[in-house]
Amino acid sequence: MITGFIVLLVCQLIGDFTVHVLDIPIPGPVVGMVLLFVVLQLRRPGRESGVVRAADGLLRHLQLLFIPAGVGIIQYLPVLAGAWLPVIAGLVISWLAVLLVTAGTGVGTLRLEGRFKRRGGRAAEGAT
Amino acid sequence: MNLQFAQAWTALLQSPLFGITLTLIAYQAARTVWKRTRGHSLANPVLVAIILVAAFLLIFQIPYEDYQNGAQYISFLLGPATVALALPLYRQAANIRRAAWAVIACLITGSTTAVVVAITVTTLLGGSDQLALSLAPKSTTTPVAIALSESVGGIASLTAAFTILTGILGAVAAPRLLTLLYVFDQRVRGLAIGMSSHGIGTSRALQDDPVAGAFSGLAMALNALVTAVVLPLLLATMPWMLDLSP
Repeated sequence: MITGFIVLLVCQLIGDFTVHVLDIPIPGPVVGMVLLFVVLQLRRPGRESGVVRAADGLLRHLQLLFIPAGVGIIQYLPVLAGAWLPVIAGLVISWLAVLLVTAGTGVGTLRLEGRFKRRGGRAAEGAT
Repeated sequence: MNLQFAQAWTALLQSPLFGITLTLIAYQAARTVWKRTRGHSLANPVLVAIILVAAFLLIFQIPYEDYQNGAQYISFLLGPATVALALPLYRQAANIRRAAWAVIACLITGSTTAVVVAITVTTLLGGSDQLALSLAPKSTTTPVAIALSESVGGIASLTAAFTILTGILGAVAAPRLLTLLYVFDQRVRGLAIGMSSHGIGTSRALQDDPVAGAFSGLAMALNALVTAVVLPLLLATMPWMLDLSP
């Protein structure tokens, strides 16, 4: 378990360091996530390994970790009250747009892919 | 005696113990509410816990800074938790390969739409640059949204609030909306929920269907990566988005 946490923290450390050195606008923990993904692919740890248990433990209570940042909204209540229209409209409209565009793209791509595969299959049958 | 009590009370509020304990109690209470209502969308644990803590601070007139003395240690764990998101990604590696093209296409259109629509709508309606930039990364998972918001000039706490609000909106409304639109492919439902409503949406998708849940988690994880690249890129190539204010 401790080893698992060390792995997570070291990945984040390397991520933070990389981001600072290269001066790129990507969060250090995201680079750490990619790094850990590569490590997992290479090491293929079992279900009982420290990394898996540490990561699962953190993710199980992921919601807890959002609470302090969410409570921070009370400091910005005046900002929100002063600009409620752009905030609510920007939030709801862009959320809806992402949902619709993603669903449309997904349905479209899978349908196209299915058509290509079927055509490819028929061509192969014709060849034999 | 009274004075001593008042001094002890002030000292207690300013110690890290206070913020950590309050957050954990609120979280546990919110989880109980969530279980009692059998996972009602509106009884989302994050939402309920935030309301409980905020109400406590406002009623007892405790400055947010005092709460933050302890709460910062909880927020700190968002870093390693973000790294830990590699685990679900690793578990879905085979699924990624099979539906790779749909996933890639959705990532590109979804992340671009999120940033462009959020910024243009907000600025068109008179919101400030800072407000628009705080809204731009709100469809990514919260730790990433906070980090991205900070790196492009938004306000981290505002972004956290927007992101959580967006997630709750998704958990409540997205599945019904997709059904109304005749989107029944669980892979697509998952991608749409994960892209738009990150972790909170994913928890709802997991309840509804294992395939939708898996794809939602996948979209959430990959969207974090793609948006981290797309957001600064769009801001650099289309700076006019911020000049639309009337």
